[in-house]
Amino acid sequence: MSILVFAEHDNSTLKAETLKTVAAAQAIGSDITLLVAGYNCQSVVDAAAQVNGVSKVLVADNSVYEHQLAENVSLLVVELAADFEHIIATALTTGKNFMPRVAALLDVTQISDIIAVESSDTFVRPIYAGNAIATVQSLDSKKVITVRSTGFDAVATDGNAEIIVLSSATDAGNSSHVSDELTVSERPDLGAAGVVISGGRGMQNGDNFKLLEGIADKLGAAIGASRAAVDAGFVPNDMQVGQTGKIVAPDLYIAVGISGAIQHLAGMKDSKVIVAINKDPEAPIFQVADYGIVADLFDALPELESKL
Amino acid sequence: MKVLVPIKRVIDYNVKVRVKPDNSNVDLANTKMAINPFCEIAVEEAVRLKEAGIATEVIAVSIGDKSCQEQLRTALALGADRAIQIETSENLDSLNIAKLLQKIVEEEQPQLVILGKQAIDSDNNQTGQMLGALTGMPQGTFASEVKVEGEKVHVTREVDGGLQTLALNLPAIVTTDLRLNEPRYASLPNIMKAKRKPLDVKNAADFGIDLAPRTKLLKVTPPATRQAGIIVETIDELVEKLRNEAKVIS
Repeated sequence: MSILVFAEHDNSTLKAETLKTVAAAQAIGSDITLLVAGYNCQSVVDAAAQVNGVSKVLVADNSVYEHQLAENVSLLVVELAADFEHIIATALTTGKNFMPRVAALLDVTQISDIIAVESSDTFVRPIYAGNAIATVQSLDSKKVITVRSTGFDAVATDGNAEIIVLSSATDAGNSSHVSDELTVSERPDLGAAGVVISGGRGMQNGDNFKLLEGIADKLGAAIGASRAAVDAGFVPNDMQVGQTGKIVAPDLYIAVGISGAIQHLAGMKDSKVIVAINKDPEAPIFQVADYGIVADLFDALPELESKL
Repeated sequence: MKVLVPIKRVIDYNVKVRVKPDNSNVDLANTKMAINPFCEIAVEEAVRLKEAGIATEVIAVSIGDKSCQEQLRTALALGADRAIQIETSENLDSLNIAKLLQKIVEEEQPQLVILGKQAIDSDNNQTGQMLGALTGMPQGTFASEVKVEGEKVHVTREVDGGLQTLALNLPAIVTTDLRLNEPRYASLPNIMKAKRKPLDVKNAADFGIDLAPRTKLLKVTPPATRQAGIIVETIDELVEKLRNEAKVIS
């Protein structure tokens, strides 16, 4: 059972989620190849070669893959597909973007966002914002899968895979990169952080998110937000935790001024410990919180920061 | 230019689904249904392009049984010019949906196809990208801004680290993220007017596509429920619990 796993990276760092996606691949089979597609991405290749359980690392280092445009990456993966029964990517924005193209070009459907592997053709995935869990069997000959990394534990990085450099590069020629406007943050990634503190509509405005920063600094936490806070324009969408935003499962999740709509819970309810700070004792967030405190966040946050 | 907007009828986003006791699927009997929120954003974006004089015609299309005509009428009330229903009683996999949409693209030759990035029922996030691959069109997924500039469309995308802007040759596929726009409410006169707009019905079986299922749903279960914890009275107590009981902070 040969498995191709797409490595998520930004041309300099291999994303930690890839280690969890490899764990998902290991639940399917043992012959695992990692694909690194990027440009000037040698540091990613070095890191990929150390991922446990990976026998080979295929490297497509070419300017046409610099921004991992879906049109180009999907053609590359399809070119390689003949040797693999399973093609797997992490359900982050890159994988979500190009993988369905791979599936359609191979004339198979995609099994999205799996959280568990039952067998080589049967997978478990959340539907309806995680309010139902479906067990789905793929009837296609090739399986194209995206993995929700929070469902799997990361593999170690003491491996030593063989590196194979690919020479071909295909430019579909119908799309080009214009610009990036990336959020610069000293804080850990939402997806990789051990602690996440998120603010909701109760924060009242974007400035008040500063109240979360002191606590985040002390805990080494990432800062997130509910869709309500994003919709209200308090903070950018890349901070959104929920059904249509990022899915997180940190050791500690602190929800501040978040009522707990099902769409938000879908993005964080697998966190190990959940703390809710809300002045409304009836807020649904308290039904999933391990520790709740009914308090005005403008009193509670400064006090919490001072006591950490 | 023509804009095609495929839409999906789904459970209303405010309704919490129940799993059937026999675990065969979720129970949608007597459930309030609505246009998928991301599809509604797609309709709004297309209508705005028409109002800006860029689009000449907005065509909404939906695949399903007769009940999805209700959502097509909603799209017409929001400003779409005409609608197409592709009749099927089957719950089709995304690939088959994309293949049917490919046929509509071939018939209508739109310059832009705008879809929701995902449906809130199956949460697959794949139909738009699949349609892109099948038609050979480039794609701008998870769009927060769409600007048509000559023969290209510039799409700003919501990506993990922030925003990314791409230039795509037309015709192109766009899938919507939630910040792209805020859909309008349909006015009563527009709802009345929508009833007289053209709605064509085509049969999925007539397109000559093999629509055999690609997946088999083995079971659907409710998620593991989380036990509610305790309410603490003070921040001191909270910090003490996190430190000594949960041991998640030092």
